Amino acid sequence: MTPADLLTRAPAPARRRGRSVTLAVGVTLAGLIALLALVSLVWLPYATDDTSGGRLAPPGDGHLLGTDKLGRDLFTQLMTGSRIAVEAGLGSVAIAALIGVTLGVLAAFAQGWLDDTLAAFLDILIAFPTLLLAMLVVAARSATLGSAVLAIGLAQSAVVARLVRILVKRVLAEDYVTAARTSGTSWPRTVAGHVLPNIWPTLVVNLALQFGLAVLAEAGLSYLGLGAPPPNASWGRMLQEAQATFTTAPAGALAPGVLLVLLVVGVNLIADGLRDTLDPATRGRRS
Amino acid sequence: MGRYLLRRLAFLLVSLALASVVLFVLLRLLPGDPANALTSVGASPEQIAAARHAIGSDRPLPEQFTHWLGQLATGDLGTSFVSSLPVGPEVAARLNVTVPLTLAAFVLAVVIAVPVGFVAARRRHTWYGALLSGISQLGMAVPVFWLGMILIAVFALGAGWLPSGGFPQDGWAAPADAVRSLVLPVLTIALVMSASLIRYVRSAALEVLDSDFLRTARALGASFPAAMWRHGLRNASVPVISVLGIELASTLLGAVVVESVYALPGLGSLLATGIAQHDYPVVQGVLFVSTLAVLLIGFVADLAQRIVDPRLRARLSGGAR
Repeated sequence: MTPADLLTRAPAPARRRGRSVTLAVGVTLAGLIALLALVSLVWLPYATDDTSGGRLAPPGDGHLLGTDKLGRDLFTQLMTGSRIAVEAGLGSVAIAALIGVTLGVLAAFAQGWLDDTLAAFLDILIAFPTLLLAMLVVAARSATLGSAVLAIGLAQSAVVARLVRILVKRVLAEDYVTAARTSGTSWPRTVAGHVLPNIWPTLVVNLALQFGLAVLAEAGLSYLGLGAPPPNASWGRMLQEAQATFTTAPAGALAPGVLLVLLVVGVNLIADGLRDTLDPATRGRRS
Repeated sequence: MGRYLLRRLAFLLVSLALASVVLFVLLRLLPGDPANALTSVGASPEQIAAARHAIGSDRPLPEQFTHWLGQLATGDLGTSFVSSLPVGPEVAARLNVTVPLTLAAFVLAVVIAVPVGFVAARRRHTWYGALLSGISQLGMAVPVFWLGMILIAVFALGAGWLPSGGFPQDGWAAPADAVRSLVLPVLTIALVMSASLIRYVRSAALEVLDSDFLRTARALGASFPAAMWRHGLRNASVPVISVLGIELASTLLGAVVVESVYALPGLGSLLATGIAQHDYPVVQGVLFVSTLAVLLIGFVADLAQRIVDPRLRARLSGGAR
């Protein structure tokens, strides 16, 4: 079965409707944030260092959501924040996919004690919180978006590697792999031709979930002051800065969180929709 | 079972030994010299060398490693480079905050997630089943620190019922104050944790609800609660137990953000300052203790799974999984 078959095979109509609603809502939510991020590349309502609005101005009056404690326009910061969030998600997932898939495929070929050791090693790595790994990376480098993305990507590559290892092992036990091997197909060709096409639906769904987790992790790091340095307005840092004025100027302490939740829910819904479309095993169960 | 226990214990010890080597080497690979943190800016090379000698970081790595192992064997986690205080008691003091915080949050999360996840699965075609799934979906997307901020704004700053942060100076000597200062942090972690647990419980319950064995039991005349109790619960708890183990382990150190929101002196914040100050003994001590905890939790989770699921016991290879 090729991936194209998985995509085009028509599911039952009733199920399909439920599924496309999930996907559509997810794409709309995540797309909204992505749009904000794209627009922020070419246009912003105010300059990021424009403090002319006065401190903690209430929403309205030239500032859609008001200003922060330094007088910067909140909506402008939200827009740059969405760019940073999308960058963090994409960057981390790219690193996690690259390292995780490579490691996972290699680990899947291991046997006996080496296999046990690799599995245990991945388990321990996974239990090690992303944030603490990130602190180590930031201590080794510096507090930049790059460090944060690198750390999150590295931590997630362990999760991806474990998943890929299990998936590949399952495929390698299949008869068609044995058939391919006996007919003289080389290992690299077997992996490219049989293994990867069979694991990718599950992999893509997991990577979508990792995207959401990466966005959350970046926000957490920025909240702790370990993310992108000023004047880059990461949502996490915006929240941290607005924490002291939560009761007097709630917009600054609520808006970044709301956008964050919208983005992560959107991406998770996309993952759910994709899972139901791509993975025949769970078809019809998660309606 | 006895043989399995021995194998599993041996595996635990080997993992711990490997992990301590990896920990030690990784920390030495980090750039930055702890001696710089000890001396004032513009210290002469001699002063820096003296500082290195004092903390032993000028000695060859294998010697440092065996020295550390020797200390560990006697239950000594070393002495902090920065504060010159022994690491062991400091870690123990932090555990007094982190362990109750983590365990209480964990128990509360399970108490919330198991019934909610089950109802979400059993009533998945009703509006409230869908609502419960939706709430869990939403909860998984909420950053833990933001939830903390909101809870503080509502219950501490707004209603004034609970402290907005901090932990009593004398710790558990003032039990009522200690408990009061942990209520909001526990709630914060538990709510976020239960959101993802609900999903796991729900899918494990779905697996069981759709199973042939449950249908057979019902066809043979067992009532739904009886069939669930006798066949469903055990089968559904196997995958959930391993998720619980991972969640508990990662919360132990992952509580650092919540500790930061509520200004709690926990293990995570000790590690964070340790890393920032290149204080190897502190970082090593915290990571060693938490690795031990992670391995022990995995051990208990494995045992629990085997007790619940006899099929795992029958399997010949009783290795890591």
